[in-house]
Amino acid sequence: MRLEPFETVVRRHGPTVLRVCRAVVGPDSADDAWSETFLAALRAYPALPPGSDVEPWLVTIAHRKAVDQLRAAARRAVPVAELPEVPSATGLPGERDGELWAALAALPEKQRKTVAYHHLAGLPYAEIAALVGGTPEAARRAAADGVAALRRTYRGASDDR
Amino acid sequence: MTADLDRLAARLALAADDAGLLDVAFTTLDTPVGPLLLAATGRGLVRVAYAAEDHDAVLQSLADRISPRVLRAPARLDPAVRQLEEYFAGRRTAFDLPLDLRLAAGFRRDVLTRLREVGYGTTASYAALAAAAGSPRAVRAVGTACATNPLPVVVPCHRVVRSDGALGNYVGGVAAKRTLLDLEAAA
Repeated sequence: MRLEPFETVVRRHGPTVLRVCRAVVGPDSADDAWSETFLAALRAYPALPPGSDVEPWLVTIAHRKAVDQLRAAARRAVPVAELPEVPSATGLPGERDGELWAALAALPEKQRKTVAYHHLAGLPYAEIAALVGGTPEAARRAAADGVAALRRTYRGASDDR
Repeated sequence: MTADLDRLAARLALAADDAGLLDVAFTTLDTPVGPLLLAATGRGLVRVAYAAEDHDAVLQSLADRISPRVLRAPARLDPAVRQLEEYFAGRRTAFDLPLDLRLAAGFRRDVLTRLREVGYGTTASYAALAAAAGSPRAVRAVGTACATNPLPVVVPCHRVVRSDGALGNYVGGVAAKRTLLDLEAAA
């Protein structure tokens, strides 16, 4: 087994990682999270054992980058005298799936992550538990609760995946 | 999603170069001899490949032999692209590009160095090149060095022909060799 050119990794797994980033940090910050994820992955790539399952590895990196971003966003949140304009609750105008991202953004963080890692990235709950903490069963419950909430709030819901 | 990915991949290539992580940059160029794959390390142009060599296989080989940090990053190839376009338009007779010859070693590398002295619009025989490289009996080895030239077109192995005047083989196919020699004869 050999390591493929990194360009192949970007093309094959980039879309899934972008969906995960959008789900976890929202569409506005997703590009930055994606870029940081793939730059960190590129740095570490030559040391990846050939034959490794690349997608879970990338999602793990994306998770760490998303955590960093969410923390930074929380630090930036400062009290202000006047409330800024409220962002659209339906996501970016004209953005396909904008409502889905908005519905995802409304979920509690653990539900949002478990839904993204399981239903978008296909990670098993044991691996998700290692990322978000708690037991695999708790991760499974959080994802199920998240999907149930999405079914209630997301008007465009039509299929399971 | 595809447009998003193209945009993000281009941004990644620039960030990778800034961070010193772009070990091999590549792009493709459409030419009269078909699409050429161009790849460069930080040292210079390291590979030019014809479609017949299978670009995906060539990229895998670069990942194996140089580094798997291989990205489509056209900016590093801009000078090579510009000079090749001028060459194929008949407006350039010599390439002025930093070359990374790491994919050729020993005698083959000596031959490539000698090849760069065979001028535009001229040809040399395999036997003459063997003599110039200091091994007059190594005619077959010169043929092998040409067949495995990692930088065809730029390092002009197409200008090496058989002593009897026949074209001889070419890494890009005999038709491509004829096209290049005709181009240089016409200019």
